[in-house]
Amino acid sequence: MTMFGPNLVVYEEEFERINAVLARLWMDANAKIVFLVDKNGQQIAAKGDLEKVDATSLASLTAGNVAATDGLARLIGEKEFTILFHEGERDNIHISIVGQRLILVVIFDERSSLGLVRLRVRKAAAELEEVLTQMASKAAEEGQAPASPFAEITDEDIDALFTE
Amino acid sequence: MSFINYASREINCKIVYYGPGLGGKTTNLQYIYERTNPQNKGQLISLATETDRTLFFDFLPLDLGSVRGFRTRFHLYTVPGQVFYDASRKLILKGVDGVIFVADSQEARMDANMESLDNLKTNLHENGFDLALVPYALQFNKRDLAGAVPYDVLFRVLNIKSEPTFEAVAPKGVGVFETLKAVAKQVLHELSKK
Ligand SMILES: Nc1nc2c(ncn2[C@@H]2O[C@H](COP(=O)(O)OP(=O)(O)OP(=O)(O)O)[C@@H](O)[C@H]2O)c(=O)[nH]1
Ligand SMILES: [Mg+2]
Repeated sequence: MTMFGPNLVVYEEEFERINAVLARLWMDANAKIVFLVDKNGQQIAAKGDLEKVDATSLASLTAGNVAATDGLARLIGEKEFTILFHEGERDNIHISIVGQRLILVVIFDERSSLGLVRLRVRKAAAELEEVLTQMASKAAEEGQAPASPFAEITDEDIDALFTE
Repeated sequence: MSFINYASREINCKIVYYGPGLGGKTTNLQYIYERTNPQNKGQLISLATETDRTLFFDFLPLDLGSVRGFRTRFHLYTVPGQVFYDASRKLILKGVDGVIFVADSQEARMDANMESLDNLKTNLHENGFDLALVPYALQFNKRDLAGAVPYDVLFRVLNIKSEPTFEAVAPKGVGVFETLKAVAKQVLHELSKK
């Protein structure tokens, strides 16, 4: 899937669908936290015990981890490693690639299992790919996109951002 | 590649600090981190060696407030400047919205500056970007050192497209926010065209 424009744009409808998929995955997999990040480290949506983690850092490090692993894959002649799994004493992280562009992360403990997580992730990933396809076709239909919120941005608007 | 979420009315942009090893990229981020209100920043994450050289990247999320009702977040990254970390530099440039080149003003680092600038061009190209088109600012750091190469000389060698250029002393914060602002401005203007 490469029909995206240069920027990733998410609208209300798709955002709701994504959140619904994550909520179901979170329940079905008995997970602590489920989140979706793009490969550049931007968090797109999340569900679960988020107060206990720094989600922004988690997103950036996940993307770094995937990027490094992708680099390793190419070095040895693989296209990509689609799943990464890190096992801890209490918590485990399951990382998978969705639609080549997004990263689905599931954090779980002994109340769940790798087998269950794998199974549920596969289903959720298929649903997320559908949403991605819908986003891509929307992006392709030009004119569909609302005017950029920044279309009429002024220097004053920008200066105001830095006055603290 | 910025990420615009119309549902939560947020926009995220990625800015990368590039430049030769020991030029002061990490120091720029540290200063920004120190001088930003807690509610406007996340953690500063540094993946560094035991000797404080950047190993993979530094990362600092900054929340700059709202423009036109959209929360504006900048994700600042630094690359590792040491020559042999090239594979990592390439990865970090993925999806970049704006670049800041931190040059080292010392005479002895002129070759390193030029080499790193060439390397930036190559790595942007491999990620599908053209330095001529990317929002970009240039910083001459370490202006406090005796024997720093004169501004004009650095400008002639390192300024490639009349990009905004700043003199800096990163540990003291001189020029740090000015440089960031110059590139943030270009990034937001770029978004307004899309
Ligand atoms: N005198 C002086 N020292 C500086 C200045 N900026 C940075 N330094 C010092 O230079 C050294 C290297 O700075 P870093 O910020 O770690 O450099 P870097 O570009 O991140 O280096 P790499 O991570 O290896 O790419 C540190 O000891 C800084 O304190 C400056 O403006 N003047
Ligand atoms: Mg560094």
